[in-house]
Amino acid sequence: MSANEQGNMNYESVIGLEVHAQLLTNSKIFCGCAVAFGGEPNTRVCPICLGMPGVLPVLNRRAVEYTIRMALAVDGHVAETSAFARKNYFYPDLPKGYQISQYDRAGEPISLAGGIEIEGEDGPRFVRLRRIHLEEEAGKSIHNEPGYDPDLSYIDFNRTGVPLMEIVSEPDIRSPREASAYLARLRQILQYIGVCDGNMDEGSLRCDANVSIRKPGDPLGELVEIKNMNSMRSMERALEFEIARQSELLEDGGTVVRQTRLWDEEKRETFPMRSKEEAHDYRYFPDPDLVTVEIARSWVDEIGEDLPELPDVRMRRFVDDYRLPQDMARQLTENRTRADYFEACVSHAVGDAAGGASGVAAGGSAGKPSADARTVSNWMLSELLRVQHESRIDHQTLEARIPPDHLAQLLGQIKEGKISGKIGKDVLDAMAETGKAPVQVIEEQGLVQISDTGELEGVVDGILADHPDDVAEYRAGKTKLLGFFMGQVMRVTQGKANPKMVNELLRKKLAGD
Amino acid sequence: MANLIEMAAHDLAPRIKSGEMTAEETAREVLRLIEEKDPAINAYLAVDPESVIEDAQEVDRRVAAGETTGPLAGVPIAIKDAICTKGLETTCASRILEGFVPPYDATVIARLRAADAVIVGKTNMDQFGMGSSNENSVFDVCRNPLDTSRVPGGSSGGSAAALAAGTAVLALGEDTGGSIRQPAAFCGVVGLKPTYGRVSRFGIIAYGSSFDQVGPMARNVEDCARLLGVIAGHDPMDTTSASEAVPDYTADLKRGIEGVRIGVPEEYLAEGLDPSVKESVSRAIERMESLGARVESVHLPHTEYAVAAYYILVTAEASSNLARYDGVKYGYRGEDGGAPAVDAPTSSGAGVGAPALAPEDRLDAMYGSTRSGGFGLEVKRRIMLGTYVLSAGYYDAYYDKAQRVRTLIKGDFDQAFEKVDLLVAPTTPTTAFRIGEKIDDPLQMYLSDVYTVPINLAGVPAISLPCGTDPGGMPVGLQIIGPHFGEERILRAAYAFEEATRS
Repeated sequence: MSANEQGNMNYESVIGLEVHAQLLTNSKIFCGCAVAFGGEPNTRVCPICLGMPGVLPVLNRRAVEYTIRMALAVDGHVAETSAFARKNYFYPDLPKGYQISQYDRAGEPISLAGGIEIEGEDGPRFVRLRRIHLEEEAGKSIHNEPGYDPDLSYIDFNRTGVPLMEIVSEPDIRSPREASAYLARLRQILQYIGVCDGNMDEGSLRCDANVSIRKPGDPLGELVEIKNMNSMRSMERALEFEIARQSELLEDGGTVVRQTRLWDEEKRETFPMRSKEEAHDYRYFPDPDLVTVEIARSWVDEIGEDLPELPDVRMRRFVDDYRLPQDMARQLTENRTRADYFEACVSHAVGDAAGGASGVAAGGSAGKPSADARTVSNWMLSELLRVQHESRIDHQTLEARIPPDHLAQLLGQIKEGKISGKIGKDVLDAMAETGKAPVQVIEEQGLVQISDTGELEGVVDGILADHPDDVAEYRAGKTKLLGFFMGQVMRVTQGKANPKMVNELLRKKLAGD
Repeated sequence: MANLIEMAAHDLAPRIKSGEMTAEETAREVLRLIEEKDPAINAYLAVDPESVIEDAQEVDRRVAAGETTGPLAGVPIAIKDAICTKGLETTCASRILEGFVPPYDATVIARLRAADAVIVGKTNMDQFGMGSSNENSVFDVCRNPLDTSRVPGGSSGGSAAALAAGTAVLALGEDTGGSIRQPAAFCGVVGLKPTYGRVSRFGIIAYGSSFDQVGPMARNVEDCARLLGVIAGHDPMDTTSASEAVPDYTADLKRGIEGVRIGVPEEYLAEGLDPSVKESVSRAIERMESLGARVESVHLPHTEYAVAAYYILVTAEASSNLARYDGVKYGYRGEDGGAPAVDAPTSSGAGVGAPALAPEDRLDAMYGSTRSGGFGLEVKRRIMLGTYVLSAGYYDAYYDKAQRVRTLIKGDFDQAFEKVDLLVAPTTPTTAFRIGEKIDDPLQMYLSDVYTVPINLAGVPAISLPCGTDPGGMPVGLQIIGPHFGEERILRAAYAFEEATRS
């Protein structure tokens, strides 16, 4: 339930987001310094990104390419010529005293229009984009952090000049939850096309919101900008707070003042920015140091041809090719890493089966598995996530310890009856811990399933002999005791008994005689 | 040792290459002359004698070893202080950059070093290039060597004065709105403002980025041509630099001007022009006609709007370009009001300190004191002007309109160059004025650029060379203007004129 529903049903909230995404280029936007997170302060700097006297910017073509890639992924209109402008303001972490950005009045941004579809409050909602433009990142000011003199402010310029793509939406979002869905969708696309890691903790993806409320059908209300929301959750909270604040104001006969407010995550409230900080006249004008960027149609076409499969398309393909239910396909394609893992795992399963070795045999037509793709999917979405959660390791580490071919191998072992599914889960735990291949874990821990009829018959006979009363009750009609006998067999065999065979043996023996 | 005042670079370099002279003796002579003459002129802001001698010795060593040396082997060159020189203080004659030692060379400096020129020192100028008299230097005014009561012009006054005084053989200037040509005219030397984009701007401390252009200054046209050939050409570090091939500017220098069509813009010979300047320029035009040029009158109809448009656009760019001098990273930093100011003890007892500023106000206080104390009056005036014309609500009326005027002025030149090969005009309305004469009247000072700024607005190249003197003996400058990348043509005409008037 969205906040305005919780708060006051009379108002509709109107939200637009400005999303900043740091691009994953090798070097900064206007100089050759490396782009990477962290590092000793002021080690990835040069006279150009430090804005020393007389230096000039040279535009990183790859940054433009990444922006075009994003534009194409959201059906934006890519400009034929695009220009850069200076946004003038003083701040110590802005070494030139201006930020090189793009501004409508001083030349076209790289992309205009386009949009993305999200799951809205009342079904699908299309959020239109206003523009996508490119700019340079500022440095990082450090106040009151451990290891630093609290009476001084420090500046780290490592981040200065990292290419930043700004994606500005139209005010088409109607609730905090929709805002979250929109941001999640943008992040998913950014990650898919490989232009941004989408990491909000490290600040490589950031978001400001413009929010106003109105009675349905009324013209737009006075707009408030909210900054300093550092996670998806804090954005949702901030919007909820702000909508409630504005609703109360209006209900009490007050008016909303157009202003910029900052989100305080600890106090869970927005508060107005100092009016002095807010009163900026950025004095945009075309940057005379950079020539107009000519974007050839052929270049855009080339970028379009190399565009990776987008999440929606991939999701539909998963449904079609692997015969997966839509919600499962959606979960698998939630991020590119997971979808890639899934496909790698399935292809190993197929490859192994074709090679005659143990593996999950392919089902479906034309080499496209279906049933086993389902198995892979089940294991990924339940067991793999469980292991990741329990072991508290990140997905990169997990993936390094359990590469897709290992998971495929494990599922092959289960399918062939070498181990039971239950033992398989223990094997997976061991794999996550040690990084060993499943076959090795099974061998080392002696987990190979007991499928020898003679051996199992002996165990079953023993159990039945030890529990004559239960046998009698079963035969008198209390057939659900089968589970009890099953459990006893598993206890004795430490779970290694082939459950299917035990089941058959038990039924036969209990029915027989 | 030949008299350096008479020495031309195109004469000196071959002698050093042949071993007839050494770079070291040349360098020592230049240093001696600076010591002897510069105190009265103040053309130099920084000279590092040790590195001058070392660089010269290195040239000599390579000559002796039979290694190839560059076209400016051992030639002493003075560099305007707006151009970054690695390891040598570069201040733009400002307080705010006092003590700034660049960790990099401007591209033009790297090219000079590759051509084996010997960098003598940094020359005086109007702070950040803002001025036409050199009186806006924080390190004291530079004087005109021909009459030390007069200004050398500006902003590249120090470079022009060093050439006129014989304390450099070549010099680099930088011209945003006449800053090479006007001082060249005032000091009786030759200075060329190349086509915008002909010479890299990397490492040139920006004033008006869409105007700034480094150019050669010398005592003769041939040296100017030779120096231009060394510094011109595309630079991957400056995306506004042109990729046009650089011709050998000396190759056709002596071919003459027979049949060359020369236009005389009527608007440049109108009111405000000193009669003696007009007379010298008119005689020069006649002389060119006698050398075979076909002279005709042309119009540049939007000339009267040039100064206004120029001062709007250049100050707008400057207000942004100079924002980086904020006291945070290098150069001068003012007080931030963080510590209580301790006053002198009063009769009533111990001094009472003014209360310290709150932390959130100290940053603004530091910006304020840094920029108030670090910039000179003219610089502050232009930052204020530029900030104003870019402000919300004024952009269209000023900046945008001035851009449209700029387009019209470009159009004036394009149309003129459809009819003629070159334009000839005075460089300045008057000869060098007296120190203090115009410093309190900025508008009068701005109008001394009336014939030079339209050229910067259009981005075309132009040279100034001496064409006579006024009754007081001060030199008059003749300006020859060409179309974009028409430097060869300009230099050829200038050379022909110079040869014909050589006394």
